[in-house]
Amino acid sequence: MIEVRHLQKSFGPHRVLDGVGLSIGQGESVVIIGRSGCGKSVLLKHIIGLTQPDAGEIFIEGQNIVGMDERQLLHVRQKFGMLFQSAALFDSMTVAENVGFALRRERKWTDAEIARKVTEALELVELRGIEEKKPSELSGGMRKRVGLARAVIYHPEIVLYDEPTTGLDPVVSDSIDQLIIRVCERLKVTSVVVTHDMRSARRVGRRIFMMHGGRIHATGTPEEIFASTDPVVKQFVEGVADPKEISFST
Amino acid sequence: MNGLANNWISDGMQGLGKFALLTREVFASVLSGRTRWKDLIYQLYFIGVKSQSVVLITGAFTGMVMCAQTYFQFHKVRMDTATMAVVSVSMCSELGPVLTALMVAGRVGASLAAELGTMRVTEQIDALRTLATHPVDYLVVPRFLSVTMALPLLTAVSISVGIGAGWLVAVYFLQIDPTYVWHNMIRYTSTGHVLMGLIKALIYGGQIGLISCYKGLHCGEGAEGVGRATTEAVVYSSITILMSNFFLTLFLNQVLQP
Repeated sequence: MIEVRHLQKSFGPHRVLDGVGLSIGQGESVVIIGRSGCGKSVLLKHIIGLTQPDAGEIFIEGQNIVGMDERQLLHVRQKFGMLFQSAALFDSMTVAENVGFALRRERKWTDAEIARKVTEALELVELRGIEEKKPSELSGGMRKRVGLARAVIYHPEIVLYDEPTTGLDPVVSDSIDQLIIRVCERLKVTSVVVTHDMRSARRVGRRIFMMHGGRIHATGTPEEIFASTDPVVKQFVEGVADPKEISFST
Repeated sequence: MNGLANNWISDGMQGLGKFALLTREVFASVLSGRTRWKDLIYQLYFIGVKSQSVVLITGAFTGMVMCAQTYFQFHKVRMDTATMAVVSVSMCSELGPVLTALMVAGRVGASLAAELGTMRVTEQIDALRTLATHPVDYLVVPRFLSVTMALPLLTAVSISVGIGAGWLVAVYFLQIDPTYVWHNMIRYTSTGHVLMGLIKALIYGGQIGLISCYKGLHCGEGAEGVGRATTEAVVYSSITILMSNFFLTLFLNQVLQP
């Protein structure tokens, strides 16, 4: 369903992606882990066509999206839903307007149908009675849930999650993980989760890709990754800082 | 030093290229009729109706000052009754459109750049794109069309109020005979002068809309990026208005021959 081949991307002199390749099947739930700044979110933005690579290919259901113009990409993106790290809710709109945005743009639904679907989507993420609130009135966890409701209301085939639990307390993080699993099972979608939260990765992923040095460094089931003896994987999974990277100036 | 100059030229050319691509995309979107009336009317209200007070004050005081200054000079050569003819022609063809455009560039241009810039840095524009919505169709075109439509109307208001305020100053404060004032004003002001002002306003509106939206969509990261985009939107819009005014005056005088 998603296939990435030899993907390269540089920002100025800094090469972020250096020949990334991966393949994700339909209905799969995969997690991409790696240290901050290793290019996980950049890879996610390439998969949905928000960023164009310097080299490489990205196939979505057999269609290469590299080199497509923005109008062609709009059609491809109808298959996708995406939850942003900051939720990226439209701050001038209410929750109901945010969640129902994609349906209103389609122009084939009545107001009553949109309102019903908005309520259903909000119930899926366990939020009720907040339709008329503005994003600024919501907590971080609620914003993420509204972002998720907005991403799945039109039943996309693939849902991308960019650091869904970053900045949330452990209890709220756990509830977001549960929602990701529920959305994946109930809507039968392909899930791609980018995170550096290992607890979350273990819960939501059936397969884990670890990025390091601009490439996919390791792949495996959560059990395989957590039991890995590879020093890079082990260091990341255990969350131990490299003494060489720590320097204190006096 | 050469490296700096090369970078500056290269950045400038890249910017012009991106601006040209945005302009092409905007016109293609306008012609394809993807704009929703609801979005357009909302922007028209915000940009047009909400700018009226600023434009009224600018027009009124410009007309009054213009009238007083013209009278002080003309009085020396006993041409008092020609005062309002000068005020009227200036307001219609130059001061009305240019000052209204500069005021709208300050109020609306800054607001458009800040709004779109904030949306960019908070990933709201990326979110729009993931929801299969083209930012040009949804954000830029309604704003571009609204400024382009609103500015001629605001300019017409500014010209009318400016001439009206100037007339009041001429007749009641400077004690010029109202019959001669009216006669000379009508005699020397032609439809061409009014048309010139409205055509200029239409073009300035397009310039403000495009430049401000471009600056917002391409702003740098963080609060500093939004701040810089806002400032540049106002500065570039104002400079473009003032520079293009000279060439438009030469061109429209040839075409309209007022």
